Amino acid sequence: MEQSNTNAINIDRRSGLNFIILGLMALGACVLMGVLGAFKYIYPDSLGGLEFHKLRPVHVSLAVAWIFLAAIGGIYHYLPNYKNLMITWPRAIKLHFWIFVITGIAILTAFSMGIFGGREYWAYPPALSAPIFATWILFGFNILFTLKKEKNPWPVYYWMWMTGIIFFLITFSEAHLYLIPFFSENIIRETTIQWKSYGALVGSWNMLVYGTGMFVMERISGNKELAHSTSAFLLYTLSFIALMVGWAHHVYAVDSATWIRMLAYTVSMAELAMLAKIIWDWRTSLTPEQKHAHLQSYRFIFAADIWVFLNLILAILISIPAFNLFSHGTHITVAHAMGTTIGINTMILMGSVFLITEEVAGLNFKGWAKSCANYGHWITNISLIVFLGSLMVAGSMEAFTEWEDFYEKSDAVLPLLTLFAFSGIGLLVGLWMVVVSAIRLLTLDTTNQAEPLKAAAE
Amino acid sequence: MTEHQPWRRILFLSLFVSFFFYSASVYTSGTALTGVPNASESAYRGQALYRENNCTACHQIYGLGGYMGPDLTNIVIDMEKGPEYAAMFIEEGTDRMPNFDLNSEQVADLVAYLEYAGAAGAYNPQKGRMTWYGTVEYERD
Ligand code: HEC
Repeated sequence: MEQSNTNAINIDRRSGLNFIILGLMALGACVLMGVLGAFKYIYPDSLGGLEFHKLRPVHVSLAVAWIFLAAIGGIYHYLPNYKNLMITWPRAIKLHFWIFVITGIAILTAFSMGIFGGREYWAYPPALSAPIFATWILFGFNILFTLKKEKNPWPVYYWMWMTGIIFFLITFSEAHLYLIPFFSENIIRETTIQWKSYGALVGSWNMLVYGTGMFVMERISGNKELAHSTSAFLLYTLSFIALMVGWAHHVYAVDSATWIRMLAYTVSMAELAMLAKIIWDWRTSLTPEQKHAHLQSYRFIFAADIWVFLNLILAILISIPAFNLFSHGTHITVAHAMGTTIGINTMILMGSVFLITEEVAGLNFKGWAKSCANYGHWITNISLIVFLGSLMVAGSMEAFTEWEDFYEKSDAVLPLLTLFAFSGIGLLVGLWMVVVSAIRLLTLDTTNQAEPLKAAAE
Repeated sequence: MTEHQPWRRILFLSLFVSFFFYSASVYTSGTALTGVPNASESAYRGQALYRENNCTACHQIYGLGGYMGPDLTNIVIDMEKGPEYAAMFIEEGTDRMPNFDLNSEQVADLVAYLEYAGAAGAYNPQKGRMTWYGTVEYERD
């Protein structure tokens, strides 16, 4: 009895980390594919048999995998380790993990063989969506029943996590509605729903990521009020509404009611502003000791805040209908997508990964891995400035110059896209340094050194 | 399970419910095709081929998709380009666009799909007129 109980705890204690390690590997592979894709785009004759239309979905799927794995791993790790809520079905975590791995391999194999069939972002044959859906059901129930054991009012991050999971299931189903003729035989309806589902997809992962961010901030500051504050629930409400309507302000080209656009516009701006404010207030409330105790995690969250501000400016611009009309479908949209996934989501998730790393590795958080993470963080952020800057300039040229045709336009922006591709190498180097050091620290054998983890868990 | 602040649940539930009403409204209103029939058999097959060959990695329809190649929404209905022009690209590929080894029926299906996409569409940024307060109005004909 006693024995099996400790086993269950041991499974709980490390199983979240497996998701995170897998997620870090996905991120490493994702940027590599991204860089290869960028070079293939610019020099179509290079890179032999690698084809752009295969590289792109591999890159995108790995990015999605990274975001979800890091968020999921964090939730599986935080609940038993820091909230004293043992995961209800520990074995389901293993099942979740292996279904994810096997489906992932199947998807990557399909892409490399040129077998597609789905819509953008889920471009693999749609049958492979079934196991993905199943893992989310498994995960959702497991977390719901785990959270039900909580005796106190739920902090905002529990709400965010559960909402993220539920809406992932909804939006993922919505993204497959094209399989039903009522939707696919009418291209306007199909396109509108496709856009809507992507908006909710991004909304659902924002929920998971913001929840994780709120947890990390609470953990670093030790301030339990933060996750119960009015601002926190305001952010939750705004993100929830943005999840519904957020897509609408991106597409003035497809019909949607004016009130939806106006609401979408206001809500997404308020959402980003609220997130920026919460992180800013949190940052100024920290003591030097608190910052120092989780220095690397703190640095990532701070970087996220800076990127929130910058993305806010861009998001406001592209939400102005007259601007959007021209910017939509140019590299400005790419800058917006990559700026938020790398600048905001990845930085927040790295904050979470390093919070765990710093606590799991405890006193071992030193040496080459520590400085490698720090330099990697700087290289990533500096490269990201050049990376997004070149996309912005290219996109602005595409949007606001009168071009004879597509070909003239493509030639004109090529030098900027070349700069973009080379800054991608910087991003690759920086992120790999971060990934390698995080994996190294997470896989350290800490069995003889349970103290720091325990102390941290208090 | 005591003092679970009820307003948090109410907040969640009301947002949750409004999501469904909102979705139903988006699915049904404003998305009817006006003046064009639903996709023909051939266009429907073309749509599936478009997915199966991942054309979307490089091309956009209604601004949705990749950026390596041009937006294809209006290419077939474009007076200067038209169906033969599109078919030629799809059949042969270019040095940047792969040749997908499609047979002539498949090429025709893809062209039918693109024709339908354009005919159904209101997607034509050139027709947008900017208002002085920054929104856009369409000239519809
Ligand atoms: C690897 C990227 C890629 C893929 C995949 C791809 N294309 Fe293209 N396509 C291009 C590029 C780039 C051009 C512009 C011509 C050029 O620069 O070679 C183009 C041009 C075209 C054109 C002519 C457009 C114009 O206005 O001149 C059509 C039509 C077209 N593609 C259809 C398709 C269809 C249908 C598919 C899927 C079966 C497809 N393409 C898949 C890259 C791609």
